[in-house]
Amino acid sequence: MKPVYVRPKSLKPTPFHYCPGCGHSIVHRLVCELIDEMDMRGKIICVPPAGCAVLAYNYFDIDVCESAHGRGCAIATGFKRARPDKIIFTYQGDGDMAAIGTAETLHAANRGERITSIFINNAVYGMTGGQMAPTTMLGQKTSTSPYGRRSEIEGYPLKITDLIATLPGAAYVTRTSLANPAKIRETKKSIKKAFEVQIAGLGYSLVEVLSPCPTNWKVTPKESFAYLENIMEKEYPIGVMKDITTQKG
Amino acid sequence: MDKKVLMKGTDAIGEAAIRAGCTCYFGYPITPQNEIPEYMSRRMEQVGGVFLQGESEIASINMVLGAAATGMRAMTSSSSPGISLKQEGLSFLAALELPAVIVNINRGGPGLGNIAPSQGDYYQATRGGGHGDYRMPVIAPASVQELYDLTMHSFDIADLYRTPVMILGDGMMGQIMEPIYLHDRPEVELPPKDYILDGAEGRPSRIVKSLILDPAEMEEHNWKLKRKYDLLTSRIPQWEEYLTDDAKLTIIAYGTAARIAKGAVNRVRSEGLKVGLIRPITLWPFPDEAIRNAAKKTKLFLAFEMSTGQMVDDVRLALEGSVPCEFYGRPGGIVPAPQEIARIIERFWLQREL
Ligand SMILES: Cc1ncc(C[n+]2csc(CCOP(=O)(O)OP(=O)(O)O)c2C)c(N)n1
Ligand code: SF4
Ligand SMILES: [Mg+2]
Repeated sequence: MKPVYVRPKSLKPTPFHYCPGCGHSIVHRLVCELIDEMDMRGKIICVPPAGCAVLAYNYFDIDVCESAHGRGCAIATGFKRARPDKIIFTYQGDGDMAAIGTAETLHAANRGERITSIFINNAVYGMTGGQMAPTTMLGQKTSTSPYGRRSEIEGYPLKITDLIATLPGAAYVTRTSLANPAKIRETKKSIKKAFEVQIAGLGYSLVEVLSPCPTNWKVTPKESFAYLENIMEKEYPIGVMKDITTQKG
Repeated sequence: MDKKVLMKGTDAIGEAAIRAGCTCYFGYPITPQNEIPEYMSRRMEQVGGVFLQGESEIASINMVLGAAATGMRAMTSSSSPGISLKQEGLSFLAALELPAVIVNINRGGPGLGNIAPSQGDYYQATRGGGHGDYRMPVIAPASVQELYDLTMHSFDIADLYRTPVMILGDGMMGQIMEPIYLHDRPEVELPPKDYILDGAEGRPSRIVKSLILDPAEMEEHNWKLKRKYDLLTSRIPQWEEYLTDDAKLTIIAYGTAARIAKGAVNRVRSEGLKVGLIRPITLWPFPDEAIRNAAKKTKLFLAFEMSTGQMVDDVRLALEGSVPCEFYGRPGGIVPAPQEIARIIERFWLQREL
């Protein structure tokens, strides 16, 4: 009998510590499927964040280098410059990527570093207990915006992916969502494309994944998918923002 | 055959790094050390290495971290305010046990301070300005030749002990020009780099990490690091002694201050005062042994620093109260002449009736 669903080889047989319904588990699996399918295990290096995915090395059976909060793209730059023959990706949360690590991220993208960033946007600081993130939406209540995010006080949701799409160094920039199985499949395709763009040496590639954090959104896993689709995707429209492989001229 | 060339301090650091096999340099401009990234931007291209100007010191030290994790010899350089920004990275390099060389061309501070030579970063360098229970070798050259030789040596220490190593200079060290020998890289047997990340081809995957959530395991890691620091303390202290054999008064000074002090020693010696100099070359580990040995013969120590007094604490710790230690300092970027230090020596000589 042909198995239809197996654990990817590069995903360790360790139970995830993520909360039930967490998007990190889904994206971890997608990444590991791609590492197997694209035969990258022997040449890929991951730089995970400080954030809920700090323990990604417990699951990814590939070489992994920890990063200080937000410094992923600088570390990945060091890797890639030293070993241009390797495939390097950062895996980062919204706080990591768009608050403390904004400078490292924007400049790596602007230099056109041949690296890939997988950016898990769950609109909160998951790891530290659900505080406000740069991506927290207006009106959204978090443990440090208990009255809902107000633009006069906390400013606006930062769309770092849109910013990066304007940079000439960025070759492939897209936003996807985990709201349903079709969108999850689309996410996998996007991550695949991002790796291909890196391997082709075209520039920086970024996949923002709108991802549920039921624990800190204080909803059930099932409700979190509706929240993703009906609320987050309104603020953060999904779709390709830049793809130099399809641009003319 | 080695031949002498006239070289500026900052260039000597850069050339030594290149000849020591450093293939990755990352840095951010700040005076008075801009000549290092400028030199490296020219030379790395010629030798096929990597030069990249980071967007900040934080980014630069993390680029160094990434390159070091691939097994390449990597370095960065900066000056005081920039070194403050590198502290996070230094703590991580120490925790991850990754080798790297960091140059601090110390300027006047705190704050923006000024761009004149200073030794105000001694505490930050030797106590670890980064968080956590770590130590870092700190090396203080006092001539362009030493900047060259000790930069090469620093890369070996970094690889031998898997630790970041800091070269602590000051604006004067960086700017002076002296004739030096461009020695070849010393032959040192280095341990294999079995920790590097280069893709898990045909081997189990590797993790470079410092997160250790279990306190018992973290304690073990701390003790493991401590054993390494003890080894460094027993092996690498380095210092120079000048006319200490019969000295009744011994000056302790490092870097530029030591050169000034040497001039002062020569002056007062010509007047018959038996004064000597101990120049710590490693600031961490501090050459306690040299100080303790000198304490058997000398009656008074005088620590001289271009700061309000930082290294003097280490001298007093080494002495454990056995012999008094006076202090004289000129902070803020003032570089006193040897005459001034000679006068200070004479004053203490008379006061203490040596
Ligand atoms: C310098 C520093 N500041 C703060 C922290 C604490 N911290 C760890 S993760 C995190 C935020 C995580 O949020 P995000 O990046 O959105 O990732 P998530 O957990 O939501 O996936 C913070 C503030 C830290 N580790 N280091
Ligand atoms: S807190 Fe949120 S992001 Fe973190 S593991 Fe739980 S669901 Fe996932
Ligand atoms: Mg988050």
